[in-house]
Amino acid sequence: MSEIKKHTLDPSKWVDAHSDYLFNYTITRVDSEELAKDIVQETFFSGLKAMKNFRGQAAERTWLISILKRKIIDHYRKINSARGKAEVKVNFYEEGDKKGSWLEERVPQSWNNEAEKNIENVELKGTLDDCIQNLPEKYRTVFLLKNVQQYETEEICNELGITASNLWVIIHRARHQLRKCMEDNWFAK
Amino acid sequence: MGNKLFISCDEATTICTKNQYKEASFFEKLKLNIHILHCKVCGLYAKQNSKLTEICKVHLDKPKCDKKMSDADKDALKERLKEFNQ
Repeated sequence: MSEIKKHTLDPSKWVDAHSDYLFNYTITRVDSEELAKDIVQETFFSGLKAMKNFRGQAAERTWLISILKRKIIDHYRKINSARGKAEVKVNFYEEGDKKGSWLEERVPQSWNNEAEKNIENVELKGTLDDCIQNLPEKYRTVFLLKNVQQYETEEICNELGITASNLWVIIHRARHQLRKCMEDNWFAK
Repeated sequence: MGNKLFISCDEATTICTKNQYKEASFFEKLKLNIHILHCKVCGLYAKQNSKLTEICKVHLDKPKCDKKMSDADKDALKERLKEFNQ
C-alpha cells in the first residue's frame, strides 16, 4: 500500500469531493440538469470499472474529467439521432463552368434588421437548438465539440480520426446548414 | 486550397468559417478579402456568418455557472455507487 504515494483513487469520497465540479462542468455543456446528473453518475460508474487502469499519473479529478469528456462526446453523438438523419444540402455547383459558385436557391437572403438586433432572445436560443439538432450526427458532433466544448482542432481530429481539412469541410457545411436554418426560421420571418 | 489568389465562393466561405475560429492563415484571409471585394453574395454570407458566431457565443458558450447537486441527489448517488461496487 505505502509504495503508492502520489495520486490515488478513493471512490468512497468521489461524490463529496468531485460531484459538484463534474456537475457544473456538465451543466454548461448539456441542456438539462437531469441529463447532467445522469452523465455524472455514468462517469463515476465508468471510473469504478476503469480503476485498475489508473496509473496514478494524473490527479483523481483530472482523470475523472477525462472520462466525463468522453461521456459528453457520446451524448452529442446520441442526441436526437432520429431527427438528425437529414443529409446536409449542397450549396455550390459541384461541377461544370460554375463549379464552386453559389447555387441560386442557396444564396443568402438579407436578414430582418430587427431580428438581428435581438440575439439574446430566449426563443432564438430554441430555434438555434432545433437547427443544431437537425444537423446530421457527424456534423452536429464536430460543431458542438468546436463551439461548446471549445476543443482544439487537433483534439477533435484525434478523437474522431479525421484530418484537419475534413474537419473544416464538416464545419463549413454545418454552418451553411445552420445559417440557412436560422434564416428560414428566424431572420426572414 | 492551392496557391491561386482568386478563389471560388465555396473556398471563400470555407475560409470565412475558419476565420470565425481565428484559424485562417494570413494568405487565406487575403484571398477571402479579395474575393469579397467583387462578390456581394459572399460578403453578405460573411456578415451573417459572423452573426452566427455572435449568437453561438451568447447561447452556447454559457457563462460559468455555479450549480451544485442537491444533498439528496448526492446521497442517492453514493448509494448507487456503493451498490455498483459490490
